[in-house]
Amino acid sequence: MKGCLILANGQKFYGQMLMDTPAVGEVVFNTGMTGYQETFTDPSYAGQIITMTYPLIGNYGLFHEIEQADRPYAAGFIVSELCDMPSNWQNEGNLSTFIMTHHIPCLYGVDTRAITRAIRSQGVMKGVIVPETMAEEDIKDLMAQPLEKMLVRKVTPGSVRQVGQGRYHVAVMDFGAKANILKDLIRNDCRLTVFPAYTKAEDVLAVQPDGIFLSNGPGDPQDLPEIIEEVKKLIGKKPMFGICLGHQLLGLSVGAKSRKLTFGHRGANHPVKDVRTGRVYITSQNHGYVIDENTLPDDAIVTHINLHDKTLEGFAYPKYNFFCVQYHPEASPGPTDNLYLFEQFVKLMEGK
Amino acid sequence: MIEGLKKVLVIGSGPIIIGQAAEFDYAGTQACRALKEEGLEVVLINSNPATIMTDEDIADRVYVEPISLDYVTEVIEKERPDGLLATLGGQVGLNMAVELANAGVLEKYHVQLLGTRLSAIEEAEDRELFKKAMKDINQPVPESDIFEDVPSAMAFAEKIGYPIIVRPAFTLGGTGGGIAYNDDELFMIATRGIKLSPINQILVERSVAGWKEIEYEVMRDKADNCIIVCNMENIDPVGIHTGDSIVVAPSQTLNDLQYQMLRTASLAIIRRLKIEGGCNVQYALDPNSNQYYVIEVNPRVSRSSALASKATGYPIAKVAAKVATGLTLDQITNAVTGKTTACFEPTLDYCVVKFPRWPFEKFALADRTLGTQMKATGEVMALDRCFEGALLKAVRSLEIGVNYLSLKKLESKSLIDIAELLKNQDDERIFVVAQALRLGIGFDKIHYITGYDMWFLKKIKNIVDLEDNLRRNNLTEDNIRLAKRYSMPDAVIAQLTSKTEEQVRAFREKLDIRPTFKMVDTCAAEFEAATPYYYSCYATEDEVKPLGDKSVIVLGSGPIRIGQGIEFDYCSVHSAWALRKAGMNSIIINNNPETVSTDFDTSDSLYFEPLTVEDVMAVVEKEKPVGVICQFGGQTAINLAAPLAKRGVTVLGTSVDGMDRAEDRERFDELLAKLNIPRPDGRIATSDTEAMQVSKELEFPLIVRPSYVLGGRAMEIVYTEKELERYLREAVIASPDHPILIDEYMVGREVEVDAISDGKDVFIPGIMEQVERAGVHSGDSIAVYPPQHLDKAMIDQIVDYTTRITLELQVKGAVNIQFVVSKGKLYIIEVNPRSSRTVPFLSKVTHVPMVELATRIALGETLKEMGYEGGLMPAKPHVAAKAPVFSFSKIGLAEIALGPEMKSTGEVMGIGKTYSEALYKAVNGAKMKIPAGGTILVTVADRDKAEALQLARGFQELGYHIIATAGTGKYFNEQGFPVDVVRKIHEGGTNIATLIRNGKIDLVVNTLTFGKHPERDGFNLRRMAVELAIPCLTSLDTAREVLRVFANKGKGQGYHHVAALQDYDQE
Repeated sequence: MKGCLILANGQKFYGQMLMDTPAVGEVVFNTGMTGYQETFTDPSYAGQIITMTYPLIGNYGLFHEIEQADRPYAAGFIVSELCDMPSNWQNEGNLSTFIMTHHIPCLYGVDTRAITRAIRSQGVMKGVIVPETMAEEDIKDLMAQPLEKMLVRKVTPGSVRQVGQGRYHVAVMDFGAKANILKDLIRNDCRLTVFPAYTKAEDVLAVQPDGIFLSNGPGDPQDLPEIIEEVKKLIGKKPMFGICLGHQLLGLSVGAKSRKLTFGHRGANHPVKDVRTGRVYITSQNHGYVIDENTLPDDAIVTHINLHDKTLEGFAYPKYNFFCVQYHPEASPGPTDNLYLFEQFVKLMEGK
Repeated sequence: MIEGLKKVLVIGSGPIIIGQAAEFDYAGTQACRALKEEGLEVVLINSNPATIMTDEDIADRVYVEPISLDYVTEVIEKERPDGLLATLGGQVGLNMAVELANAGVLEKYHVQLLGTRLSAIEEAEDRELFKKAMKDINQPVPESDIFEDVPSAMAFAEKIGYPIIVRPAFTLGGTGGGIAYNDDELFMIATRGIKLSPINQILVERSVAGWKEIEYEVMRDKADNCIIVCNMENIDPVGIHTGDSIVVAPSQTLNDLQYQMLRTASLAIIRRLKIEGGCNVQYALDPNSNQYYVIEVNPRVSRSSALASKATGYPIAKVAAKVATGLTLDQITNAVTGKTTACFEPTLDYCVVKFPRWPFEKFALADRTLGTQMKATGEVMALDRCFEGALLKAVRSLEIGVNYLSLKKLESKSLIDIAELLKNQDDERIFVVAQALRLGIGFDKIHYITGYDMWFLKKIKNIVDLEDNLRRNNLTEDNIRLAKRYSMPDAVIAQLTSKTEEQVRAFREKLDIRPTFKMVDTCAAEFEAATPYYYSCYATEDEVKPLGDKSVIVLGSGPIRIGQGIEFDYCSVHSAWALRKAGMNSIIINNNPETVSTDFDTSDSLYFEPLTVEDVMAVVEKEKPVGVICQFGGQTAINLAAPLAKRGVTVLGTSVDGMDRAEDRERFDELLAKLNIPRPDGRIATSDTEAMQVSKELEFPLIVRPSYVLGGRAMEIVYTEKELERYLREAVIASPDHPILIDEYMVGREVEVDAISDGKDVFIPGIMEQVERAGVHSGDSIAVYPPQHLDKAMIDQIVDYTTRITLELQVKGAVNIQFVVSKGKLYIIEVNPRSSRTVPFLSKVTHVPMVELATRIALGETLKEMGYEGGLMPAKPHVAAKAPVFSFSKIGLAEIALGPEMKSTGEVMGIGKTYSEALYKAVNGAKMKIPAGGTILVTVADRDKAEALQLARGFQELGYHIIATAGTGKYFNEQGFPVDVVRKIHEGGTNIATLIRNGKIDLVVNTLTFGKHPERDGFNLRRMAVELAIPCLTSLDTAREVLRVFANKGKGQGYHHVAALQDYDQE
């Protein structure tokens, strides 16, 4: 069935739709060449329509072990060519089956580079995926729908759970944590108590963790004032480590400001410089907001910056015994160059 | 940057041979410019004149001298560089660096090896050290061991089982290697490998043939920052050399876990080896598990890195050179975006296919089987948004007479034949796979036989299914959209739907189905790109910003092949530069990833596209240039001139009619008759009887060839009627549709002229004389500038003929004319109304910017305006010789005897004060490996015996021992020159074969005999010499000149003076 993506600025991109379900969301692009399944199941994409810039998607099929959540939370997928003949020994099925099973609107056979260029030059914006047959009025209504704000509520678990065995007890604030983050903590000898996002600080501290981890998650950190209040109460109590949204929440909690990037960083090739050593690491990224480096308190230490646009990628606060990064050391998908950060967290808990 | 670093010596890769081609000109040129950008003084040594890197403005001091220990040492002594950059000159550069270090030269002159440390080179190259290094970091390598003798290798094979791979240490492109499936094969391959390895060492290892072959291009700097530039997947699984594999980038069938697993391993490896610069890591990945082996690491810039650079837009060589000077990746700007740095990993939003170009059309009998020894001379690259499109573009870029994934000769084959053919691991396999899919052979079976991943098979099936769709449904909007998305040419669609090409074009244009162009930008559009590097696809958005009304398109020369090599890329590049200088915007269209012309900053816009009429027209319609220049891209570009002109495109320079008059035999004859210029007498015959008839009107020997085959193929010289009969019987059948051309073969000296004309004046920078007599292809001859054997009258006549022909053809630009001087009389052999193979050589030795002049004339300037007069430029006081270089050892069963068909893959130049010095350097630079003493076997045809005797005497005087076969020996003995006579191979017993195998012969002089029984004997002898790396001279002229060089050297003439091209210009 023919369909199209209409951006808020009126630009249209025609392609085919897998099902006739329309979608509305913030249109973003991801430049990774592999890892579509990890990307599609990353809860941080909740509410967004993901455009994959690599044109051949679905080549190696599906493999449940690499999923980052039990289902995709994205509002829609846009790909150039949807491969229906995957090949890989780990393959368990077709990507289109996966997309349809989860009923995620998908536009394919579309000029994804044109969409990417539109977003790059004008910034991420709202867009709708609609079937060709949809009435103008209905499209207008769809476009008028406000973008969802309560995204973390949508992806965070409903109850507390215990995961893994290990020497260090880590309290995980799950704002939509990618599965591999939990796995990497466990691989580093941690046992986890995973809390829903809106858990009170006292409840977290009550389990007497060795450290607290703040996960990634979707949306604008400024939409989460209640959580920020709780994080403020946690700071300084235990060694802490934050990734992505977790990093942003730590920033806001110590009084820094966040801002929205024009088109975000989404991909597996972003260079991040450790300003203390001068070393550059290739990172996996997925974020639309950053903490403004200039608004950090004086006694916080900028540890990492993005080599491309010089935005803040990580800071540490020795006074409060925490550090955090904007990018994704757990990879999945992407380079595994930054796994050392999990070890660093363990060292922090060891008091080293 | 490294402290105290001011002057850097760069070692080039020398002549083009199989396994080491134009990619090193690209890498070397980038490196030299990068070093200059950093304010360093650059000294370059490279024996190959046909390169951009040996241009005087690329390096401050350019030494076109042999790349050998003595010469390089002398350059170092003279120039006293602070640093040596050897990782951009291929294996030659790397080996030279090792030699210099081992000889203590680097230490003596305080030269620092830049970039990769010596120990890293050794660890990557020495198998034992490599294995140990990999073990240190837990990277798996296939079980293997190193051997220096055959029996131990065989014992090892017994232990681990077959199949077994043999790789000789320190050889290029896997020379001398192979896969053995049994004892006999192992014996042969191991014997050869030990012989060919400079350290007489082979690696014998478990074969992982059939596994996926995956490559990673990695960069590292001194701060230990590491990045992956690109990964690539070979469609041909392990077992076929990556240079002979069809390769796709990025990998298509690896999931992120597998991609990252090998990426992580690559970083671990480059860190372990502490390489500062670029390196290439090759893996075998089990298609049925995540098990992998590291197969090979190249601690230098390679063919794959050139491909990766063009595939991604990331200039590996340039960055590697800067890293070698001590910069870190984040201190180097990404030239594509102009904003970001070189410290990131490129991401692609298109699919890249590389397809090798093999030289088998030149070697009719050669073994086309592909294995661990590379055989391709060049390659093409194609980009598209889908694999199908990239593959089809690559196929038609090859210029192998097909514009599509289909071979005529396979069409009539039965299913059983095709199923059998699938088993052949050769250059046509992908065509056979497509045919198998057409016939309905199942995926599983094809996969089982070929090892092609299902993903690729299914993509090829998409193409095959589309053919069926077009045939059954005729043209529909849907199927033509799909066909164009797959980049199927209009001509093929027309054929499948029984329409004309024009009808198909009209149909799609009515639907507004037109190509769009997208940019290669290293970042999948995440950042705005500053470099206009485009590829076509059928999408919706077009990104081209046309360069406006002052743009000119230069057509490139496509893949490197025998007969059309790097020389033509040199010309295309210079033409683009000349356009820029003249205030025009240059646009290059080409498809060869190895070259300087396809570097994104060579021209103002680069289109990476097939060179076919439809593809070129798409660019023309987009850019609307002033015109197209066809005279620099070899025959590829010339062939496009007429069809482009027919479509209303302005062909700048010589008119299409002028070109036709030079190329059409009848019109050419008329032209010569009009000008009263003689050419060798000749006839056309349309039957065998007619051929025999006309031969009586001509004087033997005759040169015979089919009229419909280009490039000297199936061309032979026959000395008697009997030989002509044999030729007609065995080689070519004459018919009215396929007449044969019979010309008198003028025994004499060949002379070649390159001239520039504006239609009024004809300027001749120089004349070149060939050492080998006519009958040896000019590309395979040693050429000397200025001529040493022509008197003034003859030279005047050459100038007169050249001038008159050029003016009559109204050449506007470059022209190349070949003459033969026979019995004191001058004849024309051919006129090429285009830039030729010798233009770079002549430009360098005469210091005339020939391509620039020709380009500016094409734009309308005149010679006078540019300060040049008509006539021959006075000869320079120095002498230069250009010697051919061959790659026979790479291609099994290829005939090595020189003849009318070109066989060399590259060339070197020797330049000096005297003829002897120039020649000595050329012979040395060509690595002919003429022994300083020892035994010479002489076995020649009857007609050559008297001449051979003279030579033999000369060699004996120099202290060589001469032996000969029966006929030759008998003649020598009769003439009072006693020699030992040995048996020919077919005579059995202890014969020349046994002597050669036992290392008792150091040089072979052998000329071709025809029409006699032992014909294959000579062939076998020549092949054996090649296989065992014993020099074999098949032209007495070459032998004579070699003799002269050695004799003069013996007389103590000092040849050994290095000088930079810049020094010669001072003269």
